[in-house]
Amino acid sequence: MTILAFDWILLLEKFILIVVVIFGSLGIALYSTFAERKVAGILQDRPGPNRAGPFGLFQPFADGLKLIMKEEIIPTNSSKFLFVLGPILAMTAALMTSAVIPWGSKVHLFGRDISLQIADVNIGILYIFGVVSMGVYGIMIGGWASNNKFSLMAALRGASQAISYELAMGLSLIALLMLTGSLSLKTIVEQQMAPGHWWNIVYQPVGFLIFIICAFAECNRTPFDLPEAENELNFGYHQEYSSMKLGFYLFSEYVNMFISSVVMACLFFGGYDIPFVNEAALSPNTAATLGVLALLIKSFIFIFIFMWVRWTIPRFRYDQLMNLGWKTLVPLALINMLVTGAVILWRMGA
Amino acid sequence: MNITQILFWILSGAAVISAIMVVVSRNPIHSILWLIVVFFCISGHYILLNAQFLAIVNLIVYAGAIMVLFLFVIMLMNPNKTNAQQKSLWKKLVGVIAGGCFLLTWIPLIKQAPEIHNKVALLKDGNIGLIGNLGKVLFSDYLVPFEITSVLFLSAMVGAVVIGKKE
Repeated sequence: MTILAFDWILLLEKFILIVVVIFGSLGIALYSTFAERKVAGILQDRPGPNRAGPFGLFQPFADGLKLIMKEEIIPTNSSKFLFVLGPILAMTAALMTSAVIPWGSKVHLFGRDISLQIADVNIGILYIFGVVSMGVYGIMIGGWASNNKFSLMAALRGASQAISYELAMGLSLIALLMLTGSLSLKTIVEQQMAPGHWWNIVYQPVGFLIFIICAFAECNRTPFDLPEAENELNFGYHQEYSSMKLGFYLFSEYVNMFISSVVMACLFFGGYDIPFVNEAALSPNTAATLGVLALLIKSFIFIFIFMWVRWTIPRFRYDQLMNLGWKTLVPLALINMLVTGAVILWRMGA
Repeated sequence: MNITQILFWILSGAAVISAIMVVVSRNPIHSILWLIVVFFCISGHYILLNAQFLAIVNLIVYAGAIMVLFLFVIMLMNPNKTNAQQKSLWKKLVGVIAGGCFLLTWIPLIKQAPEIHNKVALLKDGNIGLIGNLGKVLFSDYLVPFEITSVLFLSAMVGAVVIGKKE
């Protein structure tokens, strides 16, 4: 049986890791919904949800239960298969991005070195881009299959917005990749951890600024939440959805937010690097655990920024959104790329 | 049969079936979605050939960007409602014969091509498709064709803008 001759323990390891990462992301997304309402409460000087459980901590479960119990409606004139496929695609794409993220360094358990990364492919960042561009289909298919003009318009808006900002995002990353010389997220994080190296934010502040703005747009978050502009489009591309299918759409947005926060932490803020601590001096297991915590804390800060912006800045108009993307961010990213390339060449010559 | 071979046959079968579905589907939206499945299968083949970069670029560019534009156009035009002409059986038959003849002339051409004659695909151990190697080849051996292609894309973009501005 040559087919079955591979490292089964490795497979088991990876399987456990995948389960942990997926349920971890879902759990964090679950509590992001709660945090969002709490942050909104604080920013608007009111308590926020505080009835279910201590400090309202059971609120996400109450919300989830409510969504599940609602009646499931599939519109008569929709194409049913695609109508169901839409939310599935949105959720799958959101969760698949987590595969290439290095959650921590190695853990030493049962005599094996277990890497806390599901797959260290040498095209890590491109993989994330590929999956993100698949996420657009969730929105488009759902909006089209609903057979509703508002949904269709919202879906087209969402897709064109995602495509426009993907471009600026990619260009801002090229400058970063010229510095790192690698597409693997693990290598990028390890470079930032090496002694004598700063986090990439020091070398690429403009790139980071462009990246975070594009991340807001990719996640459909305010001020770029035009696909969900309720005063123009009633509710957005998920207007015809009810029950858990609606829940999947809303939930995938929070998963996306979490994953893009982690990606930003990995690319620009050292990933699982603990600032001012030499990890090599600690025992590997302690270092790995603290590293995972550091990465999570960094991403929670980004998630907070996402929410802070949402409850502070009003929504753009659609033409303003497109102008910002194409006429400001793309040229800025190109200039950033040229300057970075020139500096690298100059330093190589010196 | 090792795992690579099994994967190859599964991917090939899926690619052919979904390619047929692209042609057979009545609804143009379904055709596009099947075409996306075809691109996924082809990317799977690239991964079997250890060309990860090509695989992911195929997904980003074709499945991610171009197919979204196709969907855009079709969703906005909605050709289902407009009168889709029913071709007569006679015309369909002629089309099949003409297409088949074309295919027949292609098969020996491809079989005799010197580039692929007596060559075996490098499964899993070729490394030309990895991004570093591919980049070096593109920017040294094939620099001129690469740059000319980019000029071609630029001219296509300018052309699209000019056509769009006329209205």
